[in-house]
Amino acid sequence: MNHDQARYGDDDRYEPLLSETGTKTVDVSEESPLPDGLTREELELPTSSEPELSRHYTRLSQMNWSVETGPYPLGSCTMKYNPSFTEDVAADPNAAVHPERSEETIQGTLELLAGLQDYLARIGGMDAVTLQPPAGAAGEFTGIHVAKAYHESRNDDRSEVIVPASAHGTNFASAAMAGYDVVELPSGEDGRVDLDALEAAVSEETAALMLTNPNTVGLFERDIVEISEMVHDAGGLLYYDGANLNALLGRARPGDMGFDVMHYNVHKTFATPHGGGGPGAGPVGVREELAEFLPRPRVREQDGQYELYDPERSIGKVHGYQGNWLVLVKAYAYIARLGDSGLEDASAKAVLNANYLAEQMEYDIPYGPFHHEFAATAGDRDAADVAKRMLDYGVHPPTTKWPEFVPEAMLTEPTEAEDKTSLDDLAAAFNGAISDSEEELANAPSKTTAQRIDQATAARNPRLSWHALDEQ
Amino acid sequence: MFETPDDRKYQESHEYATTDGEPVTVGISDFAQDELGDIVFVELPEAGDEMSQGEEFGVIESIKAVSDLYVPVSGVVSAVNDALFDQPELVNESPYDEGWMLKLEDVDDAELAELLTADEYSEQTE
Ligand SMILES: Cc1ncc(COP(=O)(O)O)c(C=O)c1O
Repeated sequence: MNHDQARYGDDDRYEPLLSETGTKTVDVSEESPLPDGLTREELELPTSSEPELSRHYTRLSQMNWSVETGPYPLGSCTMKYNPSFTEDVAADPNAAVHPERSEETIQGTLELLAGLQDYLARIGGMDAVTLQPPAGAAGEFTGIHVAKAYHESRNDDRSEVIVPASAHGTNFASAAMAGYDVVELPSGEDGRVDLDALEAAVSEETAALMLTNPNTVGLFERDIVEISEMVHDAGGLLYYDGANLNALLGRARPGDMGFDVMHYNVHKTFATPHGGGGPGAGPVGVREELAEFLPRPRVREQDGQYELYDPERSIGKVHGYQGNWLVLVKAYAYIARLGDSGLEDASAKAVLNANYLAEQMEYDIPYGPFHHEFAATAGDRDAADVAKRMLDYGVHPPTTKWPEFVPEAMLTEPTEAEDKTSLDDLAAAFNGAISDSEEELANAPSKTTAQRIDQATAARNPRLSWHALDEQ
Repeated sequence: MFETPDDRKYQESHEYATTDGEPVTVGISDFAQDELGDIVFVELPEAGDEMSQGEEFGVIESIKAVSDLYVPVSGVVSAVNDALFDQPELVNESPYDEGWMLKLEDVDDAELAELLTADEYSEQTE
């Protein structure tokens, strides 16, 4: 086995696997209803005491980086600290409701869902919201399917979705998975949508334009009204990628800008766990004309009672029940706690923090003025090396080398949750790393538990399960 | 400085095609492999596939980026370099020799003649 990376702390202490600290053979040969080949007679189990077990996992967790241990300024991803009161609310026994219970007995659950739908509709300027999709990307997939169902219901056969070159990869993927040809829109010289390029791309084949605003380098699409008219005049719909809504909360609404469909990344805009491809939430909001196509079942209030119903022209289900319920509870709790003024304040701080941090950084930032995130450039240094070196300064680096139109990009988003001290620490790490020697950069990180990783070998010979460790 | 041998022709998207008769060998230039960085994965078509100029024939992935590969001249694929599936690094180490990608037959000579010469291509990459 290879334990090269399993070292803990500055003193390079080796962290053994549980099985290496002693095991005992336990007889498990009980009667079992399982077929013979699936049962075992005995098991080798570790013998660690409970405190040692707890310490083992705590040490492992400390080898990792998390927003609990320091700022995590991944641009676009928006790695926000999740306030612990939302966990308390989700841990309330009343939140543990079996989804198969009858409607009369889960009125509170349904009321909360309906309430969250209303909050989101109001925040986005949309008419109807589904909470079902389990992530932003799943929201895109759902939203584009809803747009497609809308066009099809009008016997309007369209084959293309336009996506700016600076868009997140999921936009391209969602459009393609919904069966559309993706038309890529080159970025304009100022980093925004180029109206001439858009004019040339829009046609009778345009089903939708997918856009995020502010865009992925934090720039507000000032021509959004013209953009909206151009797409609508051609019969297309405007899709809003909500990944950057945290810059606009309480200030501007996608619905008012002309967007017809949008998703909310509740982990970015509010404060819920990202989900890491697992339980997350990416609700979708739409204009009235598109509401009948939303996933089923939907929640509504009728004469003071909450109920579920299936819209006739629904695209179907995109997730079991109403999506990831406990994540939705956390989003509700966050919105309710902050209220209108709190949300407005959050977006103001997101923008202020990004601009304060940028001011402290000795980096060229080619595009601006920006809102909640910005793309600095590492210039003639390799952005990935600078990022790795930042780990040696005890902070997490930003997103690197993306979007591609910014050379050696370091896409940075501190989020509103960080205070001035941590922004100053971040700036010091940025400035330190970029001025370190070639050698320091080429060997970075050198102070972390897992040091410089051979990326090329890892990608060429990936070991994707623990079985692979045994094969060494 | 990058090697740009003149026993072959190039296209703007950085693929080359040899000019010493059939089968024509296709791969990517030294400049392209350097730009991409460590190559970790190559996807190629199957022998027997008929391809026309400008068509995507595969995908190349490095630790930095994923790019499409475009056929420089129309023809029929007579062989692909299977070695790249296990050793994609051959494209980095030897782009013009062991890191080749396709052999093409029934090639359109007129198209081959139209491609960039080594000098013209070098100018583009300067
Ligand atoms: C601009 C943008 N759009 C969409 C997504 C996808 O969202 P999710 O991670 O919630 O699936 C992301 C994620 O980082 C993003 O940054």
